[in-house]
Amino acid sequence: MDDRSLEVLWVYLSGSPLLSLMLTLVVYLFASALFERGRRHPLLNPVLWSILLLSACLWLAELPYDRYFEGAQFIHFLLGPATIALAVPLAREFDALRRRAVRIGLALAAGLVATTGSTLLLVHLTGLDRSTGLSIAPKSTTAPVAMGIADTIGGAPSLTAVFSVLTGVFGAVVAIPVLKALRIRDDSAKGFAIGLVAHGIGTARALQIGKRAGAYAGLSMALMAIVSAMLLPYVMAWFS
Amino acid sequence: MAVLRGFAVLLALQIAGETIVRLTALPIPGPVVGLVLLAVALVSYRPIGEVVEPAGRLLLQHLSLLFVPAGVGVISHLERLEGRYLAILAVLGTSTLIGLAVTAWTLQALGPPAVQHRRDGDSDEPPEHGTAESSGAPPATREDDENSNASRVTGDG
Repeated sequence: MDDRSLEVLWVYLSGSPLLSLMLTLVVYLFASALFERGRRHPLLNPVLWSILLLSACLWLAELPYDRYFEGAQFIHFLLGPATIALAVPLAREFDALRRRAVRIGLALAAGLVATTGSTLLLVHLTGLDRSTGLSIAPKSTTAPVAMGIADTIGGAPSLTAVFSVLTGVFGAVVAIPVLKALRIRDDSAKGFAIGLVAHGIGTARALQIGKRAGAYAGLSMALMAIVSAMLLPYVMAWFS
Repeated sequence: MAVLRGFAVLLALQIAGETIVRLTALPIPGPVVGLVLLAVALVSYRPIGEVVEPAGRLLLQHLSLLFVPAGVGVISHLERLEGRYLAILAVLGTSTLIGLAVTAWTLQALGPPAVQHRRDGDSDEPPEHGTAESSGAPPATREDDENSNASRVTGDG
């Protein structure tokens, strides 16, 4: 095969969804194997390493992100049905949830105030500009909700998506060792806390702890999305 | 087939969610509304769970993978943070740690897991199995009792 035909092949492959789909799967499988091989060390988080390795691949192959996403969108699309499917573990815990409704409401309120309050305070202390602050404020909600909130309160939605994903990955990486150091033994408290601060990416991590942790993470992710979307615009208007 | 049936239901719920969001201008994404719809459906009519379960399990097993494409996009936007890397990472990291600690502490301090609490604390059973059995078995026996009572009544009559 000469250079010319190689070039034709590359033009075909980089233009079709095949390459980026396969690349995403292969890199993710490799990152997952690494995670298991490393006895699930938090720093070997498969989402983190898949993102880093794929970014390196795209950079090496000079494949622009938009072109990559044309293929990877088929994976991205499944986030919708997967989010809905979180209702299955949630419903299984329904009896326990109903009995603990007040406690869960209090934990949600405490978590929401702690997360959003500390974010606003730290934005102020670090002297970040107002527009960046408004883009950071909704970072603990799932990316599409965070972008919607940012749009409402005057932040930059595309920047908010970056903050939301960074927060999710950071939360998923640190959650287990931090909760262990804090001596949190209750799986429902672990899951609820991870889902509250690190939304979907945290929920994916919580599901690896167990079904109960996953159910509570899905619950706090959904509650955080709903409550933040309703309250944050008022909180931000009140602060300014 | 089971996976496909479940997948069809999940997609239908997403369409329902997106429709509700557009009709009511709710500030929440369609899939989150779909999650609430499915949770309500599952609680009011448990057998739906068996239809959705196979597809749901498959999707949730690999939930991490589904965030990768969006995550790669984040890397290509990182340059927009310019000279503010340190401040932004400090804000994101610290507030996440604070939120994680406060939430987990609050829920754990407010009470032990529900099952142990209900059984007055001295149950040795693992909570997971406890819930599954106690939520599944008693209604079934109660139904059986009702049925047998009903047949006895009709038999007597």
